[in-house]
Amino acid sequence: MKILKLFFIIFLIFSFNHLKASNEDMKNKITKNLRCLICQGQSVYDSDSEFAISMKVLVDEKIEEGFSETQIYDFFKEKYGEWILYDPELNKNTYILWLLPILIFLIGGVIISKNFIIKK
Amino acid sequence: MKNKLLLIFIISIFIIIFIFFYKGLQNTNIYTPETKINNKIPLFNGDLLYINKTVNSSDLFKSDKFYLLNIWSSWCVPCRQEHSLLMNLSKSKKVELIGINYKDTKVNAKSFLAELGNPYKKIIFDQKGVKAIEWGAYGVPESFLINDGIIIKRYIGPLNKKLFKEIESLIK
Repeated sequence: MKILKLFFIIFLIFSFNHLKASNEDMKNKITKNLRCLICQGQSVYDSDSEFAISMKVLVDEKIEEGFSETQIYDFFKEKYGEWILYDPELNKNTYILWLLPILIFLIGGVIISKNFIIKK
Repeated sequence: MKNKLLLIFIISIFIIIFIFFYKGLQNTNIYTPETKINNKIPLFNGDLLYINKTVNSSDLFKSDKFYLLNIWSSWCVPCRQEHSLLMNLSKSKKVELIGINYKDTKVNAKSFLAELGNPYKKIIFDQKGVKAIEWGAYGVPESFLINDGIIIKRYIGPLNKKLFKEIESLIK
């Protein structure tokens, strides 16, 4: 019985550890995708500016409160605009950004295949 | 003929790219935020600096009069510069000043106000800098003019005489 209890306690400790670790992973993932607005060119994850430190604390708090990843992004987007995210969403301002590479790829493909067919 | 056309095509593409990048050189690469005005004030709970009490932001901006929310800190040099203007503004009955003390210690904040005067009706003590982010702020100093629960103007950086006059004309 004693051993069972001990196992149960160990299991409990490990499961909490896992919970903490997954929160930490999520925090790192989110802060890597947030732009530090004071030290531009750096993510919040990389930066140690006062602003970035506060952002990290807030991300932590939001995760604790049970916010999902997208909810946290939405929260920051509402406060600071789309620019705060490194991964821009597909909307009318970013159509060119997302579609141009595909378009260029397709045009390139057409040119290559046309030349190939003509040469043949 | 075909080669000539290709040459013209390539040169024109290079010229377009050159113009594009040359114009880009003149653009500032410092991002200024979308000044999100006409937004409702954020809702949050905060501790006060002088009294051991937690308040909700909706209670701070209750009435329909004008409020100036000022984010400040004792370690911030520009805050010192704008402080005399805030002291002047606090004499006006039309506007109430609310402070957010950003990433400071209580002792330093209190001695700063003891030295230069306290223009604020209430001060939220924001040790972690989290409340400032709720407002979409960047750092210190930053000020928001609020009327009827809506942010009508935002000032990033210290207030100067020109902006002070603008605020006075807005709250008339």
